[in-house]
Amino acid sequence: MKPAPFDLCLAESVADVTAALAEHGEAARILAGGQSLMAMLNMRLTEPQLVIDISGIPDLDRIEVGKDGITVGALVRQAELAAHEEAMAALPIIAEALTHVGHMQTRNRGTVCGSLAHADPSAELPLLLLLLGGHVTLASARGTRQVAASDFLVGMLSTARAPDEMVTHAHFPLPPKGARSGFREISRRHGDFAIVALGCIAQGNSVRLGIGGVADAPVAVDLGDVTPETLPEALNALAWRLGGYDDIHATARYRRELIRRIGRDLILETIA
Amino acid sequence: MKILKDGVKAPVTFSLNGEDIEGYAEPRTLLSDFLRHELGASGTHVACEHGVCGACTVSVDGKAVRSCLMLAAQAEGKDVQTIEGLSKGDEDFGDLQEAFHQRFALQCGFCTPGMLMTLASLKGTGRSYSEAEIRDALSGNICRCTGYREIVDAALDVLGDQVKA
Repeated sequence: MKPAPFDLCLAESVADVTAALAEHGEAARILAGGQSLMAMLNMRLTEPQLVIDISGIPDLDRIEVGKDGITVGALVRQAELAAHEEAMAALPIIAEALTHVGHMQTRNRGTVCGSLAHADPSAELPLLLLLLGGHVTLASARGTRQVAASDFLVGMLSTARAPDEMVTHAHFPLPPKGARSGFREISRRHGDFAIVALGCIAQGNSVRLGIGGVADAPVAVDLGDVTPETLPEALNALAWRLGGYDDIHATARYRRELIRRIGRDLILETIA
Repeated sequence: MKILKDGVKAPVTFSLNGEDIEGYAEPRTLLSDFLRHELGASGTHVACEHGVCGACTVSVDGKAVRSCLMLAAQAEGKDVQTIEGLSKGDEDFGDLQEAFHQRFALQCGFCTPGMLMTLASLKGTGRSYSEAEIRDALSGNICRCTGYREIVDAALDVLGDQVKA
């Protein structure tokens, strides 16, 4: 299908975007890489009056690697982050997860911040932002604010972004020194939406586990010190707490079983 | 800051297969439709129109992308390559197309332009690829005829990192 008619704003600065958002609010949508929004426009799942193309804004395409983490601007493409050797050496779990984000052809345009703002519950990047305890920076005509991933990702395709705000940056903190990490995903085919995606950060035997695709938003839990003996019960309790859902790809029961089995394999490999 | 009004066609200029082109597009016009209907470059095929099938894959500034997930207006000033740019004419195919021909890597041919533009973007990097890397890249393009084996073989003929026996 084709998109319904809309006005197209070619923004040249963040101020252009926030002014347009202040005027149009929920009737406007921000277009960056377009790998989620364009599909939704084509299927007329969304029919905004105004589309604000931010791809001409300078300085939003930067990746900054600092002592405490990686900060990416709103125009950093997923493929650009994956190709950034310094950033990927600092956070190998992101390098691993990015290979599961769509396909090469969509990563070439899809942005990191766009995926966060879209907030698909099975998406890898929101899961990682939450697992690592990161935050997004939101700008509006009222000012800027930082919102932790745990407050930002509120549910299925919904975030704490107000209608007059745009995501300008995302910050992925480095795990503590010496921590190990791992990522695992099950999907029908590689590159498809995850049925279950799991990320794990371990300091010694102390484990933090992030889970996508099971609840209506990604979830991260500190499991504390685990052993091969205690882990199955901890994962079983977690699987029942999250519940999961039935859809055309998998049943809730299958999703819970993936948490038990893939979760166990991932955690034991990471702490080994 | 420029605002393009809905329903009003505005000029779009970019380089298509090395030639500067100009056409007119509404804000909502997809790059795929602009190529086919405004420029008459109908080699780029359109199927799912939500970024899943890969039939509409073109190269923008050297990167393989979905032309159905890009507005024509977003191609302004870019270097766009399509299937029409891969050969010099009906009798003078490029090496990728020749390999597809030799290996019977198409049946109905509908997905072929997208397959070739994905592979052309790999070729553009100048390095060679393993079968696993080629399969990973081609996982973004769906073919409902061939079962992919012949497509992968054709790609390996041109891009493969193994010396053939």
